[in-house]
Amino acid sequence: MISLLASIPWEMLIWSLAKAVFVIFLVVLPLVSYTVYAERRVSAAIQDRVGPNRTGFPTTLLGFKKDLQLFLGGLGQPVADALKFILKEDFTPGGVKQFYFWLAPCLAMLPLVSLAFIPFGSSFLGEKMVIADVNVSVLGVFAVTGCGVYAIVLAGWASNSKYPFLGGIRSSSQMIAYELSMGLSIIPVLMLFGGMKLSDLVQYQADNGWLLLPLWGGGLSAERWLMLLPLAISFIVFTISVFAETNRLPFDMPESETELVAGYHTEYSSMKFALFFLGEYAAMIVGSSLIVVFFFGGWSLPFIPDGQGHAATFFQNIFGDFYALLPDWFWGLANITVFFGKVALVLVFFIWVRWTLPRFRFDQLMKIGWLYLFEIALVNIFLTAAILAFTSK
Amino acid sequence: MNPLLFWFFAAMMLAFGVSVVLNRNPVASALSLVVSFLCLAALYVGLDAYFIGAIQVIVYAGAVMVLFLFIIMLLDLGAEQRRKFNKVALVGGSAVALGFAAQLVGVLGKFPMGNKPFPELKLPPGESLNDLQHVGETLFSVHTLPFQVIGVLILVATIGVIVISKRELK
Repeated sequence: MISLLASIPWEMLIWSLAKAVFVIFLVVLPLVSYTVYAERRVSAAIQDRVGPNRTGFPTTLLGFKKDLQLFLGGLGQPVADALKFILKEDFTPGGVKQFYFWLAPCLAMLPLVSLAFIPFGSSFLGEKMVIADVNVSVLGVFAVTGCGVYAIVLAGWASNSKYPFLGGIRSSSQMIAYELSMGLSIIPVLMLFGGMKLSDLVQYQADNGWLLLPLWGGGLSAERWLMLLPLAISFIVFTISVFAETNRLPFDMPESETELVAGYHTEYSSMKFALFFLGEYAAMIVGSSLIVVFFFGGWSLPFIPDGQGHAATFFQNIFGDFYALLPDWFWGLANITVFFGKVALVLVFFIWVRWTLPRFRFDQLMKIGWLYLFEIALVNIFLTAAILAFTSK
Repeated sequence: MNPLLFWFFAAMMLAFGVSVVLNRNPVASALSLVVSFLCLAALYVGLDAYFIGAIQVIVYAGAVMVLFLFIIMLLDLGAEQRRKFNKVALVGGSAVALGFAAQLVGVLGKFPMGNKPFPELKLPPGESLNDLQHVGETLFSVHTLPFQVIGVLILVATIGVIVISKRELK
């Protein structure tokens, strides 16, 4: 027994746990709730409304004259929303399949698992800022997102009601269709980089220019500039597929209100509904982080060094002395901030698209997935292979 | 691999494998199969075969079983749940399974290679096994022809499915 206990790598275990707790509870869950808030504020701005701008922190309860408002008004809204969800009656309709009805909202939080593979920073106190640094992390992310469909399908089936069932059925065919184009569209990136380890991919971009911004290091080669065309195509296909995979408008067929009431979560209330809601936004954050990691250099910013105080050679020569002035942990934290800042920007883009484009019909959605995106992604792979063969001489 | 983890995932895999057979509800069976696949993937990961583990989850849990579930839910197989156990089939089936297990134990006990420990993989310090690269190189250099043949075979099967499903019934 003692040899068994000794064989457990405690240090690795504790670091992984610390990183997981940091990412999930201190960054992503707050980010999720404030994305919901941002969604409401941005949509209000787009539709020329005010949006939730009142809810402050209720200092009136303590006898003050006004609620405490920080920065913009309404920042207390996510807290109030969470309280509301917890305090609401948790109603279970008759005739549902109890076990699966409970299981589905739990599975809805599955997207959080794929965060384990995503490098959210360079290094901090000498520890790489990625929870599971495996050599197939790209496949790992796709594996987890592929299983994300179970929550929706089970919710639709267990609800024992027509509209949720239609939502669940739609979702499963949509997910399978767009998973293909999502996986294929990313292959040019992997061909150029020659590996599947996300942390190395980000390091490569930090040294040699982001894939869509090859302006320094090895990025200033004919190969990388020719590759911009297939990479731009794969970026567009990947982004569209992420929209479909996360059930965001214009592809939110599983829950399109005008056709299916609320789709797969029609019968859910209270915290169970909130879990679906959170899961959807968590999936959005995973999708945005993937876009950032693949195409926009992850945690890297050209003039900011990594967690060991090293930047790309070009910037190291100019700012090298300045980097040494500040401690390495500061730069490590800066990298983490840069990463989540980029993710937040992509999230705003997601929200913007939602309130700009109308919804597709379901047959149009299927047609786009199978007849256009799939083929474009396939041809793009051959284009990439041709460019790589041509320039490697 | 840590033996604790091995026993945990192996036991889970077998337990859910049994529940695939014992469950009368087709959806429950399908979901048990998914959990069983996930545990198998965990065993692969424990053997440092990350690539196979990830592919196992993507292909079986993420695609095949979703389609299974899709079909089961669309057909709504209520008849399966009401069906009673057929006693003759039950006895016959377990006799065959027991016989096979006994034979397996007998053969494996006499198999000399089974008692040898696997030779330690020699890797440079600080490096982990890049199974992805090994799989790729083996597939595309040593086994190129079989790989291509399998590809053509799958293409033929796909075209066959389309031809059969498009044929008009007379």
